[in-house]
Amino acid sequence: MAATVHCSIVSAEREIFFGAVEMVVASGTDGELGIFPGHTPLLTGVKPGPVRLRLEGGVEEVFFASGGYIEVQPNAVTILADTAFRADDIDEAAAIEAQQKAARELADNRADIDFGRVSADLAEQAAMLRTIRKFREQR
Amino acid sequence: MANAKELRKQIGSIKNTQKITSAMEMVAASKMRKAQERMSRGRPYSDHIREVIGHVANASPEYRHQFMIERPVKRVGYIIVTTDKGLCGGLNINLLKATVKHIKTWVEQEVEVDLCLIGNKGAQFFRSYGGNVVAASSHVSENPVMTDLIGSIKVMLDAFEAGRVDKIILANNVFKNTMTQVPTLRQLVPLDAAKEAPGRQRWDYIYEPEARDLLEGLITRYIESQVYQAVVENVACEQAAKMIAMKSATDNAGDLVDELQLIMNNARQAAITQELSEIVSGAAAV
Repeated sequence: MAATVHCSIVSAEREIFFGAVEMVVASGTDGELGIFPGHTPLLTGVKPGPVRLRLEGGVEEVFFASGGYIEVQPNAVTILADTAFRADDIDEAAAIEAQQKAARELADNRADIDFGRVSADLAEQAAMLRTIRKFREQR
Repeated sequence: MANAKELRKQIGSIKNTQKITSAMEMVAASKMRKAQERMSRGRPYSDHIREVIGHVANASPEYRHQFMIERPVKRVGYIIVTTDKGLCGGLNINLLKATVKHIKTWVEQEVEVDLCLIGNKGAQFFRSYGGNVVAASSHVSENPVMTDLIGSIKVMLDAFEAGRVDKIILANNVFKNTMTQVPTLRQLVPLDAAKEAPGRQRWDYIYEPEARDLLEGLITRYIESQVYQAVVENVACEQAAKMIAMKSATDNAGDLVDELQLIMNNARQAAITQELSEIVSGAAAV
């Protein structure tokens, strides 16, 4: 049996995943991270994007996290996400629509929009779609 | 011998009260379910972030956020979460008692105390008890929003940053189950280090990107989540305690009605007997 590390993903609303995994792949602030058991302690932010877990036995599960923090200890990984869900729970149509809406708002270039918020929205939706596609490829 | 008419009136009024308390019990029960759900949804996040913060406080980082530095304590700040409304048994009193006891230990060491109160009951209590209240907010609805709370918390945090307060303690009821709510006092800042297995060497995280920005964000998130969870938990406690209090009030009213009913029946029977004996003795005299 391969070595495992304990991983939990929690969002502000609920606990989404809890259990032993062989590897965690997440997108940190400074780039993609692959975490194996026995990793040195690490604290970093999470960018909107997919979080992949390889469970015991090689099965992969994909989640989506919209930002937050990740803490790594040699024997545990904790992902404190702002919002997160399982990749199969993402509503693709809704994500595309939200992305288009944000893009339109940006393109309109009106003075009354909150530029920072809308571009963050856009990035989040894009990341969500990326997660779905990655998840599809896998299956 | 008690007057039957008076007794009847009394029974009527108790029955009315009973109707009200039983209605309140049902309202509390349905609110409790919602509040409990909200509470349990937030719990994993607040528990995990507390764990992470515990680790952070244990690490020996090159950068120390000011919320991580222990200072000699000259003034302690308390954030006390109570309910807005009463009729919930000993919930608030238990919490306030525990808090006052805690405060007393500080006062004995000649440490001054500042209070930040969330909820009406705490405000009422400290108005008569005395204490330096620096911030108070009430009418936190059953569905608390972070932005409503942050104002009064900010006063405390600013005071800490400015060095006016050297320790902040969060006091609230923790929901165990419907029957038990535990008054709990926890140190919020400086960060409370988690108990660690002895013998572990000095270590530090790798921070990505800068430790400063990262910790700043994480600690803000931590405080927000702790306070929010405390309030949400308090709402669940309030409804649970209210339900239990109202249930026992309803039961008590029932017992009282039974008792009075017995007395009234006795009185009525006695009156009838007396009347009969009067008639009989009157007839005998004729």
